[in-house]
Amino acid sequence: MTHPGNPDLTGNSVTPTSAQGLAATGVDVTTAGAAQPPAPDQGGHTPANGWSPAGVLDKGWARLLLGLLLPAALIGAWQWSTSAGLFSVVQLPPPAMVFEAAADLIQRGELGKHVAISTQRVLIGFGLGAGLGLAFGALVGLSRVADVLLAPTIGALRAVPSLAWVPLLILWMKIGEDSKVTLIMIGAFFPVFTTVSLALRHVDRNLVEAGRAFGLKGLKLLTTVQLPAVVPSVFSGLRLALAQAWLFLVAAELIASSMGLGFLLTDSQNNGRTDRLLLAIVLLAVIGKITDALLGVAEKWAVKRWA
Amino acid sequence: MTALASSARPAAAASSQARRPDLSSALPVSFRGLRRTFGTGGSAHTVLRDIDFEVERGEVLAILGPSGCGKSTLLRATAGLDAPSAGTVNIGTTPVQGIDPRCAFAFQEPRLLPWHTLQANVAIGLPKSASAKDGKAKVARLLELVGLDKFAKHRPREVSGGMAQRASLARALARNPGVLLLDEPFGALDALTRIKMQDLLLDIHAAEPTTVLLVTHDVDEALQLADRIVVLGKETGREGDGATIVRTVVVPGERPRDRGSAELARMRSSLLESLGVEGN
Repeated sequence: MTHPGNPDLTGNSVTPTSAQGLAATGVDVTTAGAAQPPAPDQGGHTPANGWSPAGVLDKGWARLLLGLLLPAALIGAWQWSTSAGLFSVVQLPPPAMVFEAAADLIQRGELGKHVAISTQRVLIGFGLGAGLGLAFGALVGLSRVADVLLAPTIGALRAVPSLAWVPLLILWMKIGEDSKVTLIMIGAFFPVFTTVSLALRHVDRNLVEAGRAFGLKGLKLLTTVQLPAVVPSVFSGLRLALAQAWLFLVAAELIASSMGLGFLLTDSQNNGRTDRLLLAIVLLAVIGKITDALLGVAEKWAVKRWA
Repeated sequence: MTALASSARPAAAASSQARRPDLSSALPVSFRGLRRTFGTGGSAHTVLRDIDFEVERGEVLAILGPSGCGKSTLLRATAGLDAPSAGTVNIGTTPVQGIDPRCAFAFQEPRLLPWHTLQANVAIGLPKSASAKDGKAKVARLLELVGLDKFAKHRPREVSGGMAQRASLARALARNPGVLLLDEPFGALDALTRIKMQDLLLDIHAAEPTTVLLVTHDVDEALQLADRIVVLGKETGREGDGATIVRTVVVPGERPRDRGSAELARMRSSLLESLGVEGN
């Protein structure tokens, strides 16, 4: 998920969504041949009577519970390995110690600050980067001139490893919010740019022509026909970008910061506080997953609305 | 669907007796020396050449021809979706330059936006000048005209192919076009739906008379709908060049025409012969 702008990865994530869209359309068209329109219920795989594994797997609460099975088992194994003395406390403190570390940091009012500043940086950087990625992706995807002029440069910039920007950004913007947000922005830009520009090139020509035939052009054509047609791709780009944003956040905060989850990582490493270190990792996992899930909800809504 | 077609029949018959009550929005079309060549240099090939033709305002003109003879190219040049290599298309007195707001196009496929309701899709056809209120009323009226008023809020994938094609027709009509361009609009439909759609088109033309250019490869459809038929094809001896108008036929009789009439049957076999189909 977190390879910076890997084209294969982004390419793969575009295709299945559009294929799904096609498949769904095909099914609907055949069922719609009947005199009455089909019922809008799309998720009704569950048989009315009786129990079926597939039916349970469709239920939200069941999915949540089943998804939590593995984390629970991991915590169990963690607890067991520490109490069995397989690792020293410095190597791997027991879960309870990590919990206490969290309680301690909350009491001092530090944990909230770390989480808040990191989340803020990610959201701002992601927002700006994704916005620019969308704008440039639209430009390059729709205009051949822009493609010829911009695509080689953007491709070369994408090839620069993320951390290579850090010294330059610090030199230009000093160690502050600007340099961190900019780095995250760079990270979020490329997945959105790549997926959007590629997807726009493959929008159904017939639909675009129909739009043009009815006088749509420029921005109006983009917002009426082209962008709605690539909504699934835009969202897979956004989700990759969000993962990248968290990756770049930690890179930025590891190198130079006095607050944030990345700072908590380095600070704990320097002080030998493995419990806080683990806490930071768990928090990154949980917050990263929550933001991704929120984006997933938005995606579900958008795909239903636009596809 | 059936109810619509049959209930609308008497109205159409009545208005075709008082022929073309209002031609105010219909526009004449003229082609002058139209030529379209694709590619350049050695790979260049001419699809259409020397098209000189007049279409009267309010006329229904069918364009017949074998596939690949440039029927669609002719229609696209009229809409401004494609630029001719030489010659001009005039609508009214002014030439077509770029996509022309006086035309409306219905394609072989419905080409509706799948994320919009039928209502919203039809509204896309509204001219820019339409106010929101007038536009809404007009969309509602057109949906009723094509028998889709009960399906206004449905998405294209929730209706049948024939219904989607009717919505596409309504979208074109929403433009209040001076020239309505139909590119094999019923070609992909089953035989029964096609006949219903042809009847619907006649009803529509009676209700909103406009100039219609209908591309088709179906001789019966042309005989049923058109005032005149032009046949595109390659002239003998000039097969290497593009297609041009090889025949023009005036179809006799008021619409709706008897599908079994002997005169039409004769014209049918004669036209089929022009299209290179021997026999009968």
